[in-house]
Amino acid sequence: MPADNASSLTTRAEAFPYGLRVLVVDDDPTWLKILEKMLKKCSYEVTTCGLATVALHLLRERKDKFDIVISDVNMPDMDGFKLLEHVGLEMDLPVIMMSVDGETSRVMKGVQHGACDYLLKPVRMKELRNIWQHVYRKKIHEVKEIESHDSNEDIQILRSRYEDFDERHGLFSGVDSVRKRKDVDSKELTDQEYGDSSAVKKARVVWTVDLHQKFVDAVNQIGFDKVGPKKILDLMNVPGLTRENVASHLQKYRLYLSRLQKQNDVLTPSRNVQSEFCPKDLPVGIGFQSSISAPQNSVGSRYVCTTQKIQAQGIFSDIQVDDLKSIASFQATDTKNPLRSDVTDPPKINSVSQLGVLVSFMPNVDYKPLEQAVSKQQPLSSSIPVMQVMQYPKNNIENGGLLQGFSSSSQPNQEHKLLDHLHTAPPLISMSCNTTEREKVDISNTKPVFTEHRNNHTRTTSPITCTIDSVSVHVGHGIVNSQTFTAPREPSGSPRKGAFYFDQTSNCGLRSPSQELNLKNGAELVSFPEDLQLYSLQGYGYLENVGLNGMEIFEYNDSTSEFHSNFYDEVEFDIRQLCDATDYPPLDGCLFT
Amino acid sequence: MLVNFPNETLPAFFSRRRNNHQTLPFPLSEGYLDEQFHQLEELQDDVSPNFVEEVVVLFFRDSSRLISNIEQALEKHPQDFHGLRACVQQLKGSSSSIGALKVKNECDLFREYCDEENKEGCLRSFQKVKKEHAILRQKLEAYFQLLRQVGQMERATPSYN
Repeated sequence: MPADNASSLTTRAEAFPYGLRVLVVDDDPTWLKILEKMLKKCSYEVTTCGLATVALHLLRERKDKFDIVISDVNMPDMDGFKLLEHVGLEMDLPVIMMSVDGETSRVMKGVQHGACDYLLKPVRMKELRNIWQHVYRKKIHEVKEIESHDSNEDIQILRSRYEDFDERHGLFSGVDSVRKRKDVDSKELTDQEYGDSSAVKKARVVWTVDLHQKFVDAVNQIGFDKVGPKKILDLMNVPGLTRENVASHLQKYRLYLSRLQKQNDVLTPSRNVQSEFCPKDLPVGIGFQSSISAPQNSVGSRYVCTTQKIQAQGIFSDIQVDDLKSIASFQATDTKNPLRSDVTDPPKINSVSQLGVLVSFMPNVDYKPLEQAVSKQQPLSSSIPVMQVMQYPKNNIENGGLLQGFSSSSQPNQEHKLLDHLHTAPPLISMSCNTTEREKVDISNTKPVFTEHRNNHTRTTSPITCTIDSVSVHVGHGIVNSQTFTAPREPSGSPRKGAFYFDQTSNCGLRSPSQELNLKNGAELVSFPEDLQLYSLQGYGYLENVGLNGMEIFEYNDSTSEFHSNFYDEVEFDIRQLCDATDYPPLDGCLFT
Repeated sequence: MLVNFPNETLPAFFSRRRNNHQTLPFPLSEGYLDEQFHQLEELQDDVSPNFVEEVVVLFFRDSSRLISNIEQALEKHPQDFHGLRACVQQLKGSSSSIGALKVKNECDLFREYCDEENKEGCLRSFQKVKKEHAILRQKLEAYFQLLRQVGQMERATPSYN
C-alpha cells in the first residue's frame, strides 16, 4: 500500500475515484473476502478488518489513511452503529452500513447514526462502484462549512482544501462550477500561491481530546439544556473553528450521549457520576491511567491533572465511567524502547515532559523496557511518564488474561455485562491467532477466520497455522499488549473491575512466554485503587502512534493471498477424500471444514 | 467419476463450455444457489483463479462454526431466544455470501420461530437448516470436483478448447 506521499497523491489524483481507500469491517470472513475482491475490482484500495475495535484502532492510527468505511451492522465485538458513531465523532469519515437485514427500522437507525448509505447483502458491484459519491459529497460539504464562515482565513482553508482534494482525487469538471463560485468570493486570492498544500492538509477539524474537552467544558458551563452551537463556539474560543463545526459535533455528541443513557440503565451504577457532561468524565480513562502510575492520587484530582498532561494527539477519549468504559492507551515512556516504532513528538505534548511512546509488543521481545517504563511511575506530577493502557475487547481469554474468570459466556455479574461480547468476538481477519498457543487457551467463542479455536471444538488445520503466525507477527508489531499493565489477579477484587481487554491481534503469536512475566510486572507495578472501577471497553481505547507503521497492519492483505493458496491446497486434498459424502457429513470432517 | 449430475451429460456440458455458453452450475439450476453464486463466478479472474472455491471453502468453515454456535445456544436452559436469533442472523448473513438460497430460507423460518419463542419450531427448523447445509456442501464438493476434472481434460486435450 503506497504511503501517503506526494507521488501517490498525484497518482490517486489523476484517477479519482480510483484508488479510493476503503476500510471494510465485517465479522463474516466470507463476506470480507468477497467485498475485498469486489472493491479491488472497482480499483479501490481495500483494507479489511474483522473486528470493529481493530477497525477503530486502524482509523485512529492514521486519520487520513482512509476515505471511506464500510461496515456491517451486526458485529459481535461492537455494535455497528456504535462504530458508526465513533467514526463520525472522531474521524468524520463517510460510513456505509451493510446488513442482510433490510428492515426499515434498522435502516432508519443507520441513517440516524449518521450512515451515508445502507446496503443490503448480498451487495452488488454497482453499489460498490458508487460509494465514491459519499466521499465527494462530504468533501463538498466540509468546504461549504468553512466557506460560510466569514474570514479570509477560512476561505483560504477552503481553497487549499480544494487544492488538496483536487490533488488527492483529481476532481473532474463537476467541481469547477463550485470553484467558480468561490472565485467570485475571493478574487484576490485567486492568484495566491498556496504553496505547500500539505501544510493546510490538516485544516479539517479534528476533534482532539483537547478540543473536545473545551467543547464539553463549554457545554457544561452553559448547561446542557441551554446549549447551542453559537454559545459553545464563543466559549470555546478556538480560532478557525466554525459554528457549523460545533453544530455538527454537538449533534453527534448528543446522539452518543443518548445512546449512553440507554446503556446506563443496563449497567450497575457502581460509580456515580453527577452529570454525564461533567468534564471529568471524559478523560476519566486517561485519569485512570495516571492513577495507575499514581495510586495515591485521588480520583478527582487526577482528572484535573491529566487533562493537562495527556496529550491529545488526535486522541478522542470518550469515556464515561458510568458506562463502564475506560480509555486505555498505554504510553510507555521509555524513549529507548526498541520496540516502538513511532514516537510522539514532544512539541505535540502539552505539558507533559515525557514522551508518549507506545510499546509494541513483539513475540520474542524482552519486556524489560516496559518494566522500566512502568517502574518510572510516580505520583502524578508534571514530569511523570503517563501510562495509558490500550484496551480492546479480548477475544481470547487465555491463561494470562485477566479475564480468565470470564471465560464462560454468561456473566452473572452485571458489571461484566460488557464483557459478554468478548466471547463472541471474532478475531481480526487473517490475523486470527492463537495458533501456537492454542492448547493453553481457554476461549469460549472465538471466531478465527480460517481456523477454529473453540475449546470444545475442532481442530485447526496445520497449513494454516504457519501462515497465520507469520501474519500475526506482523500485526503484533505495533500493538500494545495491555496485558502487561493489568492489575494483579490475585489480590483484591479490583482486577475484576479493572478488567482489561486485550487486542486480539496483539495476542496473535504474541501470546508470549513473557505473558506470565507481564503479569508479574503488572502485579508489581500496578495497583488499582479499589474505587476505580475501571471497566474495559469495547475499543474506546486507542493508541497514539501505535508504533505500527501503517504498512504493517495492512500487509496482511497480502498475507491472506498467500494464505489462500495454502488453503486451497488443503482443499484439494480433502476433495479427493470426499467423493462419497453421506447425507450428514460430520461438520468438521470434510472439505469445507 | 462420482458426480451427481442431473440431466445433463458430460459431453453436453463440455460442449456448452466450449461454445462459451455460460455454464450454469448445476447447483444453481436446482435452486440451491441463487444469483449471488453467479456473481462470485464473475469475480473470479486471473488474479484469483480459484476465487469461487476459496470463498465456498471459507463459507463452509465459518458456517459450520455458526451452526455449532446455534447448537450450543439451543442447549441453554432457559432458552435465550434473543441470543439464538442473533446466531441465526449470522448464519443467514453468511449464507447470503455464496447465495445459499435454501439454507438462507430455512434460516428465515428459524428466525421466525425465535421471534415467536417457539422452541419446538426452532429445533425443527434447525434440523432443516443443517440438512440443507449438508446437501449444499455435497453438491458443491461434487461441482468443484467436476470442474477440476473438466479442467484437467481440457488441458490434456487441446482440441477441446
